[in-house]
Amino acid sequence: MSRTPQNSSTKISSFVLVIIFIGLALSLSALMVALAYFGSGNEVLAGYFLLVGFLGVALSTYVLFQTRRRIMRLKIEIPPVTTTIECRKCGFKSVREFQRGDYIFKEVEPCQKCNDKMLITAIYREVKEKLSP
Amino acid sequence: MNIFAVISSLQNTVAQEPFGEFSWILNILFYVVFIIFIFYGQRIQMYVMIREVEGSLYKLKYIKDEGRKTAIETIKEIGKPQVDPTVRVDRFLEYFTISPQSLDPAGVVWKLEHILDVRDVRFKDEVKFMAPAADETQVNNLENTLEAAMALNYIYKVIRHYYLLGKKTLSLYIIMQLQMILPLVMREAEAYASALKAFAYGQPIGDGAGALVAAKLMYGHEKRKIPKDCVVATVPIEGRTAYVIKAEGPGGNVGKIGDGIRTVIEENEGKIATVIMIDAAMKLEGEEIGEVAEGVGAAIGGPGVDQFKIEESLLKYRIPINAVIVKEDIGDAVSPMRKEIFDAVDKTIERIKQVILEKTKEGDKVIIAGVGNTIGIGQ
Repeated sequence: MSRTPQNSSTKISSFVLVIIFIGLALSLSALMVALAYFGSGNEVLAGYFLLVGFLGVALSTYVLFQTRRRIMRLKIEIPPVTTTIECRKCGFKSVREFQRGDYIFKEVEPCQKCNDKMLITAIYREVKEKLSP
Repeated sequence: MNIFAVISSLQNTVAQEPFGEFSWILNILFYVVFIIFIFYGQRIQMYVMIREVEGSLYKLKYIKDEGRKTAIETIKEIGKPQVDPTVRVDRFLEYFTISPQSLDPAGVVWKLEHILDVRDVRFKDEVKFMAPAADETQVNNLENTLEAAMALNYIYKVIRHYYLLGKKTLSLYIIMQLQMILPLVMREAEAYASALKAFAYGQPIGDGAGALVAAKLMYGHEKRKIPKDCVVATVPIEGRTAYVIKAEGPGGNVGKIGDGIRTVIEENEGKIATVIMIDAAMKLEGEEIGEVAEGVGAAIGGPGVDQFKIEESLLKYRIPINAVIVKEDIGDAVSPMRKEIFDAVDKTIERIKQVILEKTKEGDKVIIAGVGNTIGIGQ
């Protein structure tokens, strides 16, 4: 399964993006107006514009990150699967990534040590989980 | 103090101070918001739920589309078709099976078995047509891949149906039920998504725990085929003769274990001391993955045909049946086998030996059946 989603359901709507960026632009303008009011000495109005500006910037960035998070959530993590190959004669063991065509009890390439035929004895994935009580 | 008084005092303290003469605007705003919430609160709640369902539906659509893509790519890679298999795959994803009429339940098992056989043959023929270069093992794997893609397609369509129905009728109850079951549905869909890759590559899955136990027991012993899609080996264990049965691997196959057990029982004219079935079973939340448990009864899932046949055969000769299960959840059952499940196989073999020692005597004959999809597991 592809790790880079190119699916229609993973695209961010351009309409949403436009709204976010308009909101961001307005909020930045509010911040600039606030600075101008500070300069002219009208601190009360400057305070209101500052509040609106900061809230606007925070909201727009939050929405943008939320939209991106949705896409991150859509990715399907594929844990690596390993194949263990063993020599039944000398006990030599090697572990490698799973390859198509591998199956448990399949005879594979000769042993590096004793030249006897080796056998796939295990195919599994390891999952590291967070500890819970 | 009523709620209006609380709101008024809140307005006085919060709103009037900074806004001074314009505080009446905030007063009106507070009342408007309050009234809106009284009359439209439920509707707002419903829109929030609809948004949540919509988000999950997006994810389901993504998973479903990726499933379809994986299936098509695998068919092209393995099957080397002359024509593009996309149209045929799309048609396959829409296949359905109608279960038999059970108004008069007598004989319904045989009707169900017939329908399932027809389905199986139809699916195999379709896959062979789509992937002419695939061998028997690959055909089985491709069939499983397509079935997983089909399950994802179905889940998506059902959820979309209730989402659109809820949106159209603006029924809180439809949307609420949908939102409540969504976490479980999503878990299942994600499990099928990882199953797709396992099937496409032919990796052993968690459900194959039983088949792996049987494979380990029968490795190195002579095997023969028995009906249908099963193999049996005669293995000496603790001074007893064990007939070890599993589905024929390493392709994705569950075999007809019911028929296999019945054949071995009939071959031995019912002189079987005990039957031991090994299968993967659903664990409860909080239980360890790969925990081994023991009990009695036919440990086999599926539509019930095989369980029925096994129980019938056992009843005929009054043969006791024991079960050993390896616990895992739905996600583990259909995704590539976890190490914990693989490690549980040796513990299961120890438990089987214990059961044999306790329940039978030397010289007895026993049947050990490893149930589950044997994909990626030879014998």
